[in-house]
Amino acid sequence: MCVTCGCSDPKPNREHERATSVRLRKPRGPERTLKLERSLLEKNQRLAEQNRAWLAERSVLAFNLMGSPGAGKTALLEAIARFAPELGALVVEGDQATERDAERIRRAGCRAIQINTGTGCHLDAHAVLHALAALAPEPGSRVFLENVGNLVCPALFDLGEALRIVVLSVTEGDDKPLKYPHMFRACDALVLNKIDLLPHVQFDPKQAIEHARALNPRVSTFELSATSGQGVESFCAWLCAFGSESAQRTPESAQPGSSP
Amino acid sequence: MHELALTEDLVALIGEHCAGRTVTRVVLEIGKLAAVVPDAFRFCFELCAEGTPAAGAELEIVELPGRALCRECGRECDLDSAFERCPCGSFSLQLLSGEQLRLREVEVM
Repeated sequence: MCVTCGCSDPKPNREHERATSVRLRKPRGPERTLKLERSLLEKNQRLAEQNRAWLAERSVLAFNLMGSPGAGKTALLEAIARFAPELGALVVEGDQATERDAERIRRAGCRAIQINTGTGCHLDAHAVLHALAALAPEPGSRVFLENVGNLVCPALFDLGEALRIVVLSVTEGDDKPLKYPHMFRACDALVLNKIDLLPHVQFDPKQAIEHARALNPRVSTFELSATSGQGVESFCAWLCAFGSESAQRTPESAQPGSSP
Repeated sequence: MHELALTEDLVALIGEHCAGRTVTRVVLEIGKLAAVVPDAFRFCFELCAEGTPAAGAELEIVELPGRALCRECGRECDLDSAFERCPCGSFSLQLLSGEQLRLREVEVM
């Protein structure tokens, strides 16, 4: 058990200790009502900022990849490994059970760490903190955090990522952005996957993008097929361009050794 | 389902602040646009509080209204859920408030 916070990781690390140290407020006299005004998300937020600083110190960018089970998130990562080896992609896989996705990613030639959330329906910043330490990304690399397949819960939990990417496949229905507004409002990029299946399904990509833009006017959109490879190159080019823009910014903003 | 994880964090927060005293009442604020279900919190709270100072405490949930600015018509509107549109018909809303998930106060003995 990790001695700094009681989680099940056997190896406590310095970042973790800093992240989870909690200042207790001293009880003040006989008052019966304690006004607290504390967000339930503050612990996750604190750890997410910790992750963000840790990544910035190493000039590593993290992308939070979200979407329904079966949307093709892992297939997209395999395609990225194939089309853009220069991205230096590393992967943290989040699933309730099994190592299957991490094994797929390793077969595609990338390093991967699997997180099994058990009954958990989302990745949180604490799990990612441990996974990042174990993954030990090289400076300048890109880490994809493949979230648990789910269009609801992951939207709430910041992991310390630079970008949020939602994968929506054409077999799911073009009204999903309106039905799951939290997820689509909070993302930076929307990837419409499996477009090779468009002749066989009732899915209007324009409609899906319109719905997503209505909620989130700034969202970047991509239409591709991770299995056929169609459209993957332009998505990879966008990821690379984002990386190099950010890389120019990070050295000034990163302060090695500082705690957030 | 993430309400379970959030309720665990709620009970941990209470534990940090009650300094071992028995908690009799907990007031939680939930915005109507927060992606959580108040009833799920009630369900999880009893389970998560067991064996902690918050065991048996009453959980009061205060629901806070949602407010948004419409990017189409420029007017502000009230929202009862994140799935609603502006009265003008637009979904293009900038959320102003209603996403709170906050432990307001606890009563201790």
